[in-house]
Amino acid sequence: MNFDFSDDQKFLKNEARKFLDANASAAKVRKVLDDDKVAYDAALWKAVAGQGWLGAAIPEEHGGLGLGHLELCVIAEELGRAVAPIPFASTVYFLAEAVMLAGTDDQKAALLPKIAAGEVIGCVATSEGPGVLQASALQASVSGGKLSGTKLPVTDGDIATHALVIAKENGQAGLFLADLSSGVTREALQTLDPTRDAAKLTFSGVAVERLGAAGEGFALLEQVTDRAAVLLGFEQLGGADRCLEMAKAYALERYAFGRVIASYQAIKHKLADIYIKNEVARSNAYYGAWALNTNAPELPVAASAARIAASEAFWFASKENIQTHGGIGFTWEIDAHLYYRRSRQLSLVAGAPRVWKERLISHLERRNAA
Amino acid sequence: MDFNDTPEEAAYRAQVRTWLEANAPRRAVGGDVEGADTDYMPASKAWQAKKAAAGYACITWPKEWGGQGGNPIQQVIFNQEEAKYPIPPNPFQIGLGMCVPTVATFADAETKARFVGPALRGEEIWCQLFSEPSGGSDVAAARTRAVRAPDGSGDWIIDGQKVWTTGAQFSSFGIVITRTDPDAPKHKGMTMFWVDMSDPGIEVRPIHQMSGGSGFNEVFFTGVRVKDSQRLGAVNDGWKVSLVTLMNERLAVGGATGAGWSEFMEAARSIPGLDGRPALKDQALREKLADWYVQSEGLKHTRNRTMTALSRGQTPGPESSIGKVVAATLMQDLGNEALEMLDQFGIISDPALAPLKGAFHASVMSAPGLRIAGGTDEILRNIIAERVLGLPGDIRVDKDIPFKDAPTGR
Repeated sequence: MNFDFSDDQKFLKNEARKFLDANASAAKVRKVLDDDKVAYDAALWKAVAGQGWLGAAIPEEHGGLGLGHLELCVIAEELGRAVAPIPFASTVYFLAEAVMLAGTDDQKAALLPKIAAGEVIGCVATSEGPGVLQASALQASVSGGKLSGTKLPVTDGDIATHALVIAKENGQAGLFLADLSSGVTREALQTLDPTRDAAKLTFSGVAVERLGAAGEGFALLEQVTDRAAVLLGFEQLGGADRCLEMAKAYALERYAFGRVIASYQAIKHKLADIYIKNEVARSNAYYGAWALNTNAPELPVAASAARIAASEAFWFASKENIQTHGGIGFTWEIDAHLYYRRSRQLSLVAGAPRVWKERLISHLERRNAA
Repeated sequence: MDFNDTPEEAAYRAQVRTWLEANAPRRAVGGDVEGADTDYMPASKAWQAKKAAAGYACITWPKEWGGQGGNPIQQVIFNQEEAKYPIPPNPFQIGLGMCVPTVATFADAETKARFVGPALRGEEIWCQLFSEPSGGSDVAAARTRAVRAPDGSGDWIIDGQKVWTTGAQFSSFGIVITRTDPDAPKHKGMTMFWVDMSDPGIEVRPIHQMSGGSGFNEVFFTGVRVKDSQRLGAVNDGWKVSLVTLMNERLAVGGATGAGWSEFMEAARSIPGLDGRPALKDQALREKLADWYVQSEGLKHTRNRTMTALSRGQTPGPESSIGKVVAATLMQDLGNEALEMLDQFGIISDPALAPLKGAFHASVMSAPGLRIAGGTDEILRNIIAERVLGLPGDIRVDKDIPFKDAPTGR
């Protein structure tokens, strides 16, 4: 049994933490939070590219480090822990994964080296309005290689150079790769987590290339999203564990009624419950990591479980961290709300938990019937 | 990251498989260690003797005790492979996992030599006499008294009552924690002994559980005389001895038992739901099923993480502490949801009529006990908070005062 990360991967994780402690402190995250005009931490983005993280899972022939997805998982966990304000998920978990999964040799050669170098920022444009996107209601359309339509919210849509877009072509849904250098209008949106900006994108005849076969847009998007879900799960896990640390540290220093509040069972049991959910999430995330790294047929089920567990853990940890802090936890000055906001962003960005629960049960229903 | 054995583990697994193929029972024997019926006992003893003869009864024990001097992962591998056969119930677990290691640690060489072999071979079964009516979670609240016999022999006389003693009805021996100095603070006035359960002063009465079974017992001690040589550890040092016993609790890497998410899903395929379609199509139910799946898989892979640490020769991390607290509530919730899925029919527990021969009903009726046994939900959360997260212990108003002055509420 070898169901854990290797010593090398743990070393990388440790190095990533040190790097982010130095380059993505809460003070730096707050610069993005507090200034509407700053969409992301460009200096951190550059530094992260310099570390090679953007190309960690990209093959060496395409300018990456050629490591596996397990290495990307440990980096993701640390980015989540730091609530890093950079378009890493959009670019690496979605755009790079989609290109590696379904891109032509030309598309790979054109995009992957630039992603690894930090010259490309990706985004995923699927949602067109409230509620779960249905194929039958899809409005965005492609005709003659040109995309028209409106997508919102698009995380990192205001800064992205390229987009993955789900749109109709000849009545069939396809997944398209769009170059955003012209033909797109971007409107910033007010969102719950200003450290991860989102925009409304209006496409007016933007040149696109289809990824994968015609009519297989949703199937391909699901494959890409399964891969992203595992990595997002690690970000959520990193955030959840940081919340537990914050709650614990505060409970150990705060006195009420003549005792540290960490000595009250109401607080102890609350923190124990956070720990329990975090460990359930961690074990599911590890299984997702294994399935992602080995391209196992179990990936859709493993990714769904990882995503559900991590969403639940981060939400619970981030809200109970605030409650453990009491009044001070409700202030802008305390970092607890950065995690509360990010937990909402990460839970919703690639499909809400109930979408993943339905997906999980659908997969299990078919698998167990077979 | 993978689920593969190391070459050494694979070789050991192959060796175990070969031995099991030649020796393991092929026909199932019914019964449950926590049931009142003990018809399975001859089969259990025969299987234990066979394992002992081949060195598989306690793989991690040293060779001079009849083990293999093996490592914990080898024991896990054996358990996994053994579970593929219809093996009889195992009533030896508490003795071999907790009592005998305690005796082996604290008794003299002669006593050790007398007890270890018969216990290993399943000839003698041991029980652990810790819990009392006055203290389940609070073991150090034990009131069962042991006093020196007035005749100057150095013997001790034990009087009192124990409760929730698993297997006392078929145990030959037991280890008992007693109060020897009520004037000392609670943790400093207890002493441990081993006792012969056939002593006429020991009376075992089964407890009728709410689930209908009678696997546990009350054990009454009336003037039970024991030699000073039956003492385990120093006088008034029993608390430390009991910690050794509890540390020896078996590795928490066993699988879940009872009806789980997959049995629920299978049942939900055919039971009509709200709109006449199968209950499995009910959206609210699907979301719950997803949550249970995630929890079950979380526990399964937490066990895999624990096994990985053992496989690498490391001490397992604290994550295994979440196992029972999650599993017990999961069992209760899942069982109850299955009953509610049956709607009015859900009240029928008759195995002839209820789905899966009443397995969900059995879950509902046994889950409250599982949430208490071996540490209540609340105690387990305290343990996680204190030992894993490093939060302060509870304030204990009875800790530093003479035991006899501690508040008891009566």
